Amino acid sequence: MAKIRDPRFECMDREELRKLQGERLVSTVKHEYENVALYRQRMDEKGIKPEDIRGLDDLRYLPFMEKTDLRDTFPYGLFAVPTKDIVRIQGSSGTTGKPIVSGYTAGDIDIWTEMMARTMTAEGVDENSVVQVCYGYGLFTGGLGAHQGATKLGALTIPMSSGNTQRQIMMMHDLGVTHLCCTPSYALYLGESIREAGIDPKEMKLKNGSFGAEPWTEEMRVRIEELLGINAYDIYGLTEIAGPGVSYECEAKRGMHVNEDHVIPEIINPITGEQLPYGEKGELVFTTITKRGMPMLRYRTHDICRLHDEKCDCGRTFVRMERLMGRTDDMLIIRGVNVFPSQIEGILAGTQDVMPHYMLIVDRVNSQDTLEVQVEVTDAIFTDSLGRLEATKRYIGEQIKSVVGIKATVNLVAPHTMPRSEGKAKHIIDRRKL
Amino acid sequence: MTSVKQVSVFLENRKGSLAAVCALLGESGFNILALSIAEIDTYGICRVILSDTDAAVKLLRDKGYTVRVTEVLVVCVPDRPSGLADVLAIIEKEDISVEYLYSFVRNSGFDALLIFRLSDSERAELALKRNCIKIIGQKQIEEM
Repeated sequence: MAKIRDPRFECMDREELRKLQGERLVSTVKHEYENVALYRQRMDEKGIKPEDIRGLDDLRYLPFMEKTDLRDTFPYGLFAVPTKDIVRIQGSSGTTGKPIVSGYTAGDIDIWTEMMARTMTAEGVDENSVVQVCYGYGLFTGGLGAHQGATKLGALTIPMSSGNTQRQIMMMHDLGVTHLCCTPSYALYLGESIREAGIDPKEMKLKNGSFGAEPWTEEMRVRIEELLGINAYDIYGLTEIAGPGVSYECEAKRGMHVNEDHVIPEIINPITGEQLPYGEKGELVFTTITKRGMPMLRYRTHDICRLHDEKCDCGRTFVRMERLMGRTDDMLIIRGVNVFPSQIEGILAGTQDVMPHYMLIVDRVNSQDTLEVQVEVTDAIFTDSLGRLEATKRYIGEQIKSVVGIKATVNLVAPHTMPRSEGKAKHIIDRRKL
Repeated sequence: MTSVKQVSVFLENRKGSLAAVCALLGESGFNILALSIAEIDTYGICRVILSDTDAAVKLLRDKGYTVRVTEVLVVCVPDRPSGLADVLAIIEKEDISVEYLYSFVRNSGFDALLIFRLSDSERAELALKRNCIKIIGQKQIEEM
C-alpha cells in the first residue's frame, strides 16, 4: 500500500479542514483586494468588501474569474506581489493569439512542489523510484511539475521531455525506470511501440504511472495497464491554479483527491453560477488559498465534473473529483440533450483495442438536429465480412442511443480522411446555423 | 490445406477510390489476378488476388489503407453447362455454406477458376478432391 505523505492535512477531519480553508480564504481575499485592480473592481461592483468574507460559507458571494481575465491583463495584471518577488513564469501557448501566463513566488513553487510530491507518493513513488518524465519541459507545467515532485521525494528523476519514442524506450529499459509520467495517449503509444519493438514489458521494471494533461477514459486505463503491465493513475492540474498535482488519484482509483488545504474546489451550475452540493454534476471552479504571486479566486475551469466528500478507502479525507465529463464549451446540445464528446469517445474506446479517430458532425435538416459519427476503420475492427462491419456499426449506434440518449448515424470511413492537428485532435464539426 | 491468400481492402464508396487503389498496385508492378467488390451504402470491401501478396500488403498499409489478408479456396470449375452447379452440389451435400464467390479474370485451359470463401474450406477441399475437382494453390497462383 502506498504511503500518505502528509496525513496531517491529507487525512484532516473535515470540520477542521473547513475552518483552515476559511482562514486561508479570508487572508487570500484581503491580499487580492489590496493588490489586484481587476478583482478589486469586480468586488466593488458587487458591493463586497474583504471584511464581508468571514469564512468558507461566504465563498459563494465572491465574483468569478475567467481565462479571458488572464488574456486581458497579460502579462502581469493579475500579479498580487511586485515582480521582483516572482521567481518563475509558467504558461500555455494558447491556441489563438496571446499566451496566458502564471507567476510564482518562491513560496508558490514550494507549494506546487509539495502538491506534486503528495501526488506521486500516493502513486507509489519514493526515494528508491526511477522516474521518467516525458511531459514537455518549458512553459508547460507538466515537465517541471513532475520533475520537482519526484526530486522532492528523492527519486532518481530522468528529464526526458517529450518526443523521440525510440530513445524513451531505450532509457526506460536500460535505466530500470519504475514510474512513468506522460499523457495517457502517449502512454498508449509507448506501450504499443514497446510491443512492436519486440520487448516484453515484463522485462522492464515499470510499476506505476501518473497520466494527465488531457482527458481520458476508463477503457484507456485498462488498455495502458495491460500494455505496460502497470498501475495507471490519473492526475489533474491547470497552470492557472498551480500545475499538475491540483488533484491526484490514490490506489483506490475512485476519483482524484483535491489538495484542499491549498485549493478549494466547487461545483456550480454553468448557466446560473449557483453553487451546487457535492454529488451533483456541474462546472468545476477552483480557489487558491495559499498562493501569493497570482492567487485565483473562483476560477471557472469550464470542465464538467462531480465532487464527492465521503472518506476514501485510502484514509484521505480530501474531496475526490470524478473523471472530467467534458467541457462546458465542448458541450453540444443536440435535440435538447446535453452531449459530451467524451461520452462517445468512451464508447468507441470500448469497441476495440486502439482508440479510433472519430468526428462528430452536427447539422440541422428540416429544422431537426442530426448527429453523424464518423469512425475511421483501422486494422483492429476491419474484417473481410460486410456483415461483421455492419454489426460493429450497429453496436456503436445502439451504445450511443443508450449512453447518450440520442439517435446518431454511424458511418465507417477510411483512415487518414479526418483532419489531424499536431496537438489536440479536432473532433466536432457543427454545421448548424442558428 | 491448399488455400490462396486474398487481400481485402476497406474502401469508401466514392468516386475514384477503386481507381486509386488499382493505380497504386499497377504502378508498383502488382498484377491483379482476380477482383471483386462487396458494397453497402457508404463503404465497401475490395477483394483481390495478387501476384505478390506480402509486398502488396506492405505497400497498401504504408499508403494508409486498412487491409486484411484472408485465406480462400480456388477451384477449377469445368467450363460446361452445370459445371458450377455440380461443384456447388458437392459443397452443399457436405452442409458447408458459401459466404461469397467470384471468378478469375483469366481461365486455365478448359476450366474456369472460381474463388470461394466457405464456412469450412478444409472439408470442402477434401470433398471436391474426392470428386476429382482440381484445387489451385498459392504457388500456382504466383506463377500465373
